[in-house]
Formats: sequence, C-alpha cells, structure tokens
Amino acid sequence: MTYSTNEMMTVAAARRLKNGSVCFVGIGLPSKAANLARLTSSPDVVLIYESGPIGAKPNVLPLSIGDGELAETADTVVSTSEIFRYWLQGGRVDVGFLGAAQVDRFGNINTTVVGDYHQPKVRLPGAGGAPEIAGSAKSVLIILKQSARSFVDKLDFITSVGHGEGGDSRKRLGLPGAGPVGIITDLCTMEPEAQTNEFVVTALHPGVTREQVIAATGWAIRFADNVQQTAAPTDVELTALRDLEARTALAHGQAPGEA
Amino acid sequence: MADIISLHDAVKQFVSDGDTVALEGFTHLIPTAAGHEIIRQGKKDLTLVRMTPDLVYDQLIGAGCARKLIFSWGGNPGVGSLHRLRDAVEKQWPQPLEIEEHSHADLANAYVAGASGLPFAVLRAYAGSDLPKVNPLIKTVTCPFTGEVLAAVPAVRPDVTVIHAQKADRKGNVLLWGILGVQKEAALAAKRCIVTVEEIVDDLQAPMNACVLPTWALSAVCHVPGGAHPSYAHGYTERDNVFYQAWDPIARDRETFTAWINEYIHGTANFSEFQAKLARALEAK
Repeated sequence: MTYSTNEMMTVAAARRLKNGSVCFVGIGLPSKAANLARLTSSPDVVLIYESGPIGAKPNVLPLSIGDGELAETADTVVSTSEIFRYWLQGGRVDVGFLGAAQVDRFGNINTTVVGDYHQPKVRLPGAGGAPEIAGSAKSVLIILKQSARSFVDKLDFITSVGHGEGGDSRKRLGLPGAGPVGIITDLCTMEPEAQTNEFVVTALHPGVTREQVIAATGWAIRFADNVQQTAAPTDVELTALRDLEARTALAHGQAPGEA
Repeated sequence: MADIISLHDAVKQFVSDGDTVALEGFTHLIPTAAGHEIIRQGKKDLTLVRMTPDLVYDQLIGAGCARKLIFSWGGNPGVGSLHRLRDAVEKQWPQPLEIEEHSHADLANAYVAGASGLPFAVLRAYAGSDLPKVNPLIKTVTCPFTGEVLAAVPAVRPDVTVIHAQKADRKGNVLLWGILGVQKEAALAAKRCIVTVEEIVDDLQAPMNACVLPTWALSAVCHVPGGAHPSYAHGYTERDNVFYQAWDPIARDRETFTAWINEYIHGTANFSEFQAKLARALEAK
C-alpha cells in the first residue's frame, strides 16, 4: 500500500510504545499515535489523559483532551488534580507522549511564545500539562512535523525541559525522569546521543534523503554512525490507522486526518 | 444552604466588580451561561482564573470584563487560538490584560491548596523551565526532611467559583460525573460558589462515593439546561463542534466580535433567549 509522510510519522511513533506501558498522552498527534499503538502492536498499553481518564480506549479519536469518549472507555476517571499528583508525580507513568510547537537539539520544548515573552510575535496556548510530564514521566517521546521553523537552533522560551543544556543537565536539575528518548517526525527518527544528549538522526523514513532532513532542521543536525531505514508501514498498520481516522471523521463530521 | 435562584439573581448577588472569579471546566461542563450573564451585567475588573480558558473567557476578555487572567493553557480546543485573548495580550484591546501563567500541575495543586485552606501548594515542577522567569509567584521551597528543592505556588482562593453540573436536588445538593477536571477543588477553594445544572430532581440517586457537592458548601444553584454549550454535559448534551469552529472567524475581528456580543449577549435577556436566537440563526443558514 502507498502511504503519506504523515502516516509514516504516526506509524513510526506508534511502534515506540511498548505493550503494557503506561502512557500519558497529549492531544493531537500523540493521541493518534498512542491509539494506533493500542490498536496494533500494543493492545495492553494504558493511556492516561490529563483531563482524568485512566486506561482510555477510545473507539474514535477525541476532538479535545476531555471528550466524553475518553471517560466512557476508561478503566476509571479521576480528577485532574489526582492525575497530576498521584499518577504522574507519584511516578507511575512510563512514557510521556508530547507534541510541540518548537523543539531544540536537546529536546527542550516551546509551547508558550515565539518572540519576546512580553512582546510576543506569536502567542501560543501555553504549558498545559507538558512541563511536569516532561519532568516526571520515566521517559518522553516527542512527535511533530519537521521544518526549520519548528526544529530551531535556539528556543525563544523553554516551556518544558528535555535535556536542558545537554550532557548531565537533567541530573543536575534533579529531574526524576530520563527525559526525551525519541523525536519522531515525518522525515526521520532522532535519538539522544550518548554523553552529549544531543538529538541525532538514527533512522530515515523510506525515500527521505539526508539533505531533506538538513534543510528541515534549524541547527546543524548530525547523523548517527549507523543510520537505519525505518520499515515502511505494513498493511495492517495502515489499515488500522485509516479505519481509525475514518471512524473519527464519521463521528465528528470532518475530513479524515483532520483530528 | 444554596438558594435555588435564577442565574441573573445569582450573578447579581454573588459576583462583584474586581472579584477573582473562576469559571472552571475541563472541556466538559463549561459554565458558559454564567459567563454570558457576567457580560450581560457588565461586571468589570475581574481577575479570571481557569486552567484552560477557552471560548467563554475569550468572550469575557473581549467584552472588557477582565483586568487579569491566571491560566495554564489558553486556546480554542481542537481549533486554534483565542483571538480576543491574543488581541488583549498583544495589543491591549479593549483594555490591557495582565497575565499570570502557570502549568496545569501547578494550578491543579493550587486549587487543592485553596480547598485545603493552605496558603500555598508544593509540587515537583518547573526545574529547567522558563516559566518561573516570567512568573515571580512561582517560587521554591526546601523540604525540611529530605532537602529536596520543590516548587511552591500560591493557593488559588477565588472570591467566586462557577461550575456547571448535571443534577441538583430541591435542597441544592449537586451531583456531577464524567470528566471532572478541577471543579470540586475550585468549588471548595472559593468563598462563594454558583452551580448551574441541567436538571433539578427530587432525588439525586447518587452512587456511593460519587462527586456530590452538598448544598451547605454552595451559595446558589441555578437551573440552566444546556448552560455548558458549546461544550457538553455528559449524559445530557453533546459538544457542538461546529460552534467551536464558527467562533474562530467571529473572534478574529474586533467588529464581528463586538457585533456578536451585542446581538447574542446584550441582545438577549437570558440564556434561553440566547439559545433560541442561536437556533434561529442556524436555521436561517
């Protein structure tokens, strides 16, 4: 089956979620990839949303972080304060799955402003749950489309910390979790290099060239010694993803892929 | 004891100019009708608190009711930006808006502290984030037992919290279920609390351990079916996603926004008139 670069991104991200892991899910791309994982390779993944559902198994993708579908399909629904206090800060989340407006070479995330904080060029929605997910989840996956505007040399604002200034930065900050272990884009997968914790390309999606990745990165991106090629989406993965998107579109009355 | 009164009377009696007001709801049970009534009554200089300010806060800000916003994520969920919020922050229209920005975990803990009668909340947060650089209220505290440095943030103690819920009984006890967000914490953190409900019944038939707010912890209960529009009330109404999308072009422009407020809020006497007008406009399309 032929597939789009967005589908490749979602499938590659979904494969990173181990069966049985407990995943704190951001809305949008992370939610789509996490649910694809649940519908394919990881049926026992536990999805937690910050609005309160634990063990959500939505049949269609939610429009917002607090859709009734999440509550109805969850093992339990708790308050938002409990989600952050007992479940996240309590150390029960294996993977924080985040999106971002901008990311830097150490996996730090900006979702606050472009430009000066007090005179912003673009005012973004803000932190939401991300700073503490990035801090306290045992590991973090980041999914976003790659461009020189979103993969920047220097963030205007660090909303949620990744590997800080690199090296043992996180340890010095006293953060409990290991931080971001993967950035999955529509072009490639990046992982932090040993010692420096700078993100380097470890796998290129099929058909993607190094030049494309370099052009779509705002810093001098480096490549691991052994860059793998991502396996193309299987028919099973693509069918599950397209069915999920079709069900979602039908339920919400919008075009497939919009959610 | 909560009085069961009209929303007009509840807002008139319990919301004053200059108050700190939290209209809470986490994409579910958002107290939109109460926000409209605050605009209709021309309340001013409010400090608005909400983890996830969305359409109703865009309306309150654009209508000139707010002088300050305390929040952790501001947007039109699933659609995009809040244009009135952005215009107020970026261009001071219709008046300057001070913003005090937190994270969700912070504000959720701050509501718990408020409900617990504590002056501040403690949490493991913000290490490596720039937010404390732009919000001087985010401080640190050292654990007296382990020496760990933790974030300390002031408790949220609204003068008034407003929430929407599914049911009340005739004494004013309130039952809510589904996605609860921080509504219980926000209700108990406040000096006064107004609850709008879908339905008033003889018996709540609440299961044991259900989220029930007893009448004696509330100020007023108002019967406002559909009052959470365009968000949903689990078991009663669905999210009106078309309205969320329609809000984007309305709010994008000062003139279309002002015309909308004049037509739909100032041009209606209460929420049921607003609903009827909205339905007529939809039919005409």
